[in-house]
Amino acid sequence: VSNLEFELVAAVVKMLVLIGVLLAVFSGMTLVERRVLAFMQFRLGPNRTGPQGILQPVADGIKLFFKEEAMPEGANVGAFFAAPALAIMAAFLAIAVIPYGPPMQLFGRTVPLQIADLDVGLLYIFAIGALGVYGIVLAGWSANNKYSLLGGLRSSAQMFSYELSLGLSFVGVIMLTGSFRIQDIVDRQAGWFWHWNAVPQFLAFVAYFVSATAEVSRTPFDLPEGETELVAGFHTEYSSMKFALLQMAEYVNMITVAVLCTNLFLGGWHSGIPGLPEGLTWGLPLFGLVYFCVKASALLFVFIWLRGTLPRFRYDQLMRFGWKALIPLAVFNVLLTAAVLAFLGK
Amino acid sequence: MDAAIAHSGVLLFYATAALALVAGLVVIGQRSASYSAFALIVVLCCLSVIYGLLGSPFIAVLQIVVYAGAIMVLFLFVIMLLNVQREAHPRGERLALKLSAALLAVLVGAEIATALHRAAVPAGPVGYEASVRSVAQQLFSVHFLYVFEATSVLILAALVGAVALAKKEP
Repeated sequence: VSNLEFELVAAVVKMLVLIGVLLAVFSGMTLVERRVLAFMQFRLGPNRTGPQGILQPVADGIKLFFKEEAMPEGANVGAFFAAPALAIMAAFLAIAVIPYGPPMQLFGRTVPLQIADLDVGLLYIFAIGALGVYGIVLAGWSANNKYSLLGGLRSSAQMFSYELSLGLSFVGVIMLTGSFRIQDIVDRQAGWFWHWNAVPQFLAFVAYFVSATAEVSRTPFDLPEGETELVAGFHTEYSSMKFALLQMAEYVNMITVAVLCTNLFLGGWHSGIPGLPEGLTWGLPLFGLVYFCVKASALLFVFIWLRGTLPRFRYDQLMRFGWKALIPLAVFNVLLTAAVLAFLGK
Repeated sequence: MDAAIAHSGVLLFYATAALALVAGLVVIGQRSASYSAFALIVVLCCLSVIYGLLGSPFIAVLQIVVYAGAIMVLFLFVIMLLNVQREAHPRGERLALKLSAALLAVLVGAEIATALHRAAVPAGPVGYEASVRSVAQQLFSVHFLYVFEATSVLILAALVGAVALAKKEP
């Protein structure tokens, strides 16, 4: 087997595994989110299907498969079909450059735990995120429904505004590392946990987390789906599997945001305490993967926690907060980082 | 097998180039402004893939971030908010338009043909990769530094101008 062939096969296998894991995490998340929210609100949540309701995602999936596909009158058929596909495609594309652990040894070759190790990894994620807006715009526009259209417009205006502070929050980290490559950023944070970017780049960390929450339209920034005013926003007219795809795209985006946060600010697959094992065990990066998953799950839990705690912003508050608080904060962080780096003479 | 993988780049180039051409035709051939905008996005994405194939991922990503990600969203926004209708032309005007378009097309075709005929095609540098680092070093070298900074001042001025124009009088 030649090197090129091996790499091709490895890439395909990694993609299949990643998609499988993402789908599993997505269906698990839907259940965990409902149970945790119920717990926070003194309810029971779905606990009838299987022990502790563990089969609920399966039941939901079967139900969605057999639902009738409704197509609104006067809808733009092509765009109506394309929108969920675009949304899910962008969601899966973005996660391709995320590293999950140290490179492992397989059949005497080194296999990085990452689908594509791009030189411009961070910019790539930013670009794909920008493309993700189109799925939502198309979904809202094609359905020929005023609530959908309003939801789509709101959504894109929101993603648009918070993308700026999201991008600016990357800049400090990039300056510290001197690279766009996510693997380099992770490697810089090895050693004790105060080397994690969340400490020297605390302002960027805050700006990232808030704008990422807005990017994936989670509470308190979930106004694109504000059910009290917009029915369900851009996916009002979607049913059956197309609805499921849009939902899936939303959750995959949430997972992307969480794993990216882990890599950029929380040290990626590093343990944060030098004594702990984090290298390869039997050629496999078991410990690194565990640290990575624990950090990412903690972040995902925070998203659910926020949803159980905070009320929704009003639209003008959302815009004012994004443009007048977050962006200045992120810009200030960039200037501060630049000044400190210049002062230290790096 | 290795040769097939190596050739996949060429195949990908022809596929994206063809798609870009078709989508480009859709951009100008469409009556509905939204379809034209979507086709333009497809063209921009195809160009980005071609930049990537040419070994400059940085430009490829920038192409998406700036054009497909930022500018086209604004276009679509305006088209959707104003609810632009399909274009309609009276008969006589259409004929005149078609004639002038055909004339212009012939002219442009002739120009491209002569340019291609005269141009010497230099062999590109082999294995060259325009990484972020090399682009940045060029951009901040003595040759381009002043141009670069002047451009950023220009963009800032345009921004301030846009804000001043858009601001409502109290």
